[in-house]
Amino acid sequence: MSAAITSSTATTDQRPGAEVVLRALKDQGVEVIFGYPGGAVLPIYDALFQQNAIRHILVRHEQAAVHAAEGYARSTGKVGVVLVTSGPGATNAVTGLVDALMDSIPVVCLTGQVPTHLIGNDAFQEADTTGITRPATKHNYLVKRSDDLAKTVHEAFYVARSGRPGPVVIDLPKDILIKPAPYVAAPTTEHRSYRPVTAPDPARIQEAVRLLKRSERPVIYTGGGVINAGPEASRLLAEFVHLTGMPCTNTLMGLGAFPASDPQFLGMLGMHGTYEANLAMHGCDVMLNVGARFDDRITGRLDAFSPNSKKIHADIDPSSINKNVEVQVPIIGDARQVLAALIECWKQDPTPVAKTEQLAWWKLIDEWREKKCLAYVQEGSIIKPQHAVRRLYELTRETGRDTFISTEVGQHQMWAAQYFGFEKPNRWMTSGGLGTMGYGLPAAMGVQIAHPDALCIDIAGEASILMNIQEMGTLAQYRLPVKVFILNNEYMGMVRQWQELLHGSRYSESYSEALPDFVKLADAFHAKGLRATSADQLDDVIKEMLAHPGPVIADICVAKDENCFPMIPSGAAHNEMIMGPDQEQNARSVTDEGKVLV
Amino acid sequence: MSDNMTRTATIAVLVENEAGILARVVGLFSGRGYNIESLTVAAVDEEKRLSRITVVTTGTDMVIEQIKAQLDRLVPVHRVSDLSQEGPHLVRELALIKVIGKGDHRVEALRLADAFRARVVDATTESFVFEMTGAGEKIDAFCTLMRPLGLAEISRTGAVAIARGTSHIAA
Repeated sequence: MSAAITSSTATTDQRPGAEVVLRALKDQGVEVIFGYPGGAVLPIYDALFQQNAIRHILVRHEQAAVHAAEGYARSTGKVGVVLVTSGPGATNAVTGLVDALMDSIPVVCLTGQVPTHLIGNDAFQEADTTGITRPATKHNYLVKRSDDLAKTVHEAFYVARSGRPGPVVIDLPKDILIKPAPYVAAPTTEHRSYRPVTAPDPARIQEAVRLLKRSERPVIYTGGGVINAGPEASRLLAEFVHLTGMPCTNTLMGLGAFPASDPQFLGMLGMHGTYEANLAMHGCDVMLNVGARFDDRITGRLDAFSPNSKKIHADIDPSSINKNVEVQVPIIGDARQVLAALIECWKQDPTPVAKTEQLAWWKLIDEWREKKCLAYVQEGSIIKPQHAVRRLYELTRETGRDTFISTEVGQHQMWAAQYFGFEKPNRWMTSGGLGTMGYGLPAAMGVQIAHPDALCIDIAGEASILMNIQEMGTLAQYRLPVKVFILNNEYMGMVRQWQELLHGSRYSESYSEALPDFVKLADAFHAKGLRATSADQLDDVIKEMLAHPGPVIADICVAKDENCFPMIPSGAAHNEMIMGPDQEQNARSVTDEGKVLV
Repeated sequence: MSDNMTRTATIAVLVENEAGILARVVGLFSGRGYNIESLTVAAVDEEKRLSRITVVTTGTDMVIEQIKAQLDRLVPVHRVSDLSQEGPHLVRELALIKVIGKGDHRVEALRLADAFRARVVDATTESFVFEMTGAGEKIDAFCTLMRPLGLAEISRTGAVAIARGTSHIAA
């Protein structure tokens, strides 16, 4: 009798593959997916039509679906989910997948595939998706057996969010989506081979604490790993920084992990980081890196990077340790657990703190701060882009609303990082590793879906925004009140800046010729278009943008030739920073060895 | 740690026996610009669905540590073991070597094969196929000697390796 029940349950449990996929998504806590239909995924779209648990957001381009999922993931800490069709649907998603891979963003991307019996036949809309996305993802799967379907979806979520997060592709042949498949719940046992270490080695923690306590010139440098470890990790970071009294700097990806307004914050470090942050990195004797990867934007010239310091590096990914920079104390673990362990150990370890020396270190840092490396002069009617971001920040703060900022890539991105202060984690979405123009608008869309009442602003450039401008249609369809704040200097500004400084002012193809009228463009996409052409209009335009209940494009016409400073020219060291226009000749002396670097 | 001294590493990688795993490993090496001197793969445990990859590579200590860490973070990888660092180990390779010739050359080839403990596994009146097992250098040396004697074709497996003694790698 019981055998009969079991077997009959097993048969009734067999549902079409597409339904099994949706059930697995639902059991993984998925509420929203970003996607675009096509032939190979029609069965999933049919199943979506017949349920209400999962909401589908129809984007206008598959790349945007992935960026939207990234924005969703980064602002919530959940896994972002994408659904695209085979062939061009999958290949269009590749840029977004690599973006998520470089910035360690958890995304699960379902791609349609031609039926299993046609794979390899050059069928219509066939592409070798697992082959193409192998180096573009943390891991990928091709489901060839219905029995593996539910299990694979569960495993994909586990892989996407565990260890160092990243994008995972599940390639789904159409016959697998149609044929009945059994449903299995998410496994409660450990994964067979992928079990990342999250708890740090206590001996290493103690070694780190002793080094830090004896340090005369310490600095704490943290990255996206702290954000990825959840808001508790950011809280622990603040606790540790306050406990130790040490200066703290964040990478581009790590902004918001430590409050920008805190007196112990040195600002962002790296190529366009602050004078005080970079000199502190250069001059420190002990460096604690939590969840950052010594990327080339941070280190500048490697052989001159922080030459006299002992380095402690805590990272969830062992392959990030000793990759670019040799460190003396490697700690493998999750940033939250590492910070909790550091706090605990700091409180118990009897090693005396080198207080007098650290006070002298702070005095030196304060002298560097006096340089006011981010100072600019707004005079006359031409809007300085720095001023536009600063006013946007101040006026946004006055609204008291929870604010999320995304950016495209280029000068405006660096100005946003420099002049917009972030007090909390998960409020800042930017394409750091891959540097993907066109990231910001779809990312803001994903954020707005996750936080319907929040203020979501894409700080953009006039060139980048055109790379995914079609998503204005998505904003209109779902009434997403995203604000697109364009710093329009009619140039691909960062390209122009490098051409000016490193290529003899030969502005090869960097002028944004034949731009659209962004106000009319907004109108065509059912959004509000605003424009500021002089400094006296800026505040009114920002206020009107913030007050408008729907989507807005604000075209802020800014100074065309402004450069982004401070800047560590390629191939230079942290202490060879260019502070402003009067030092631009320093960049002109960059060697060919420096020029080959991007 | 010496920055510029390169060394050769023989790395054993125990992986899930699944489609695409070899492509993942090879793609990792090509994508990150690591050297592959030799790479072998075969299923070693059908029941547990395990394959073993042996890869011989060269690089500085920092690069080899990177290679190991990068391999270890691939999802289907169970274990990464640097045999060349972890103690005494055996490295063997199998080669099939075809030598075509007549007269004295034939006699000399056969005499040398005997000295190298290469077995004749195919013969015609004008050719031999020798099979030999050993370290890569031994096979290299044999092939060099065969060259003037009518060496026509070489097929080699690449290195397989295992630790000596009781230490062993398991999933």
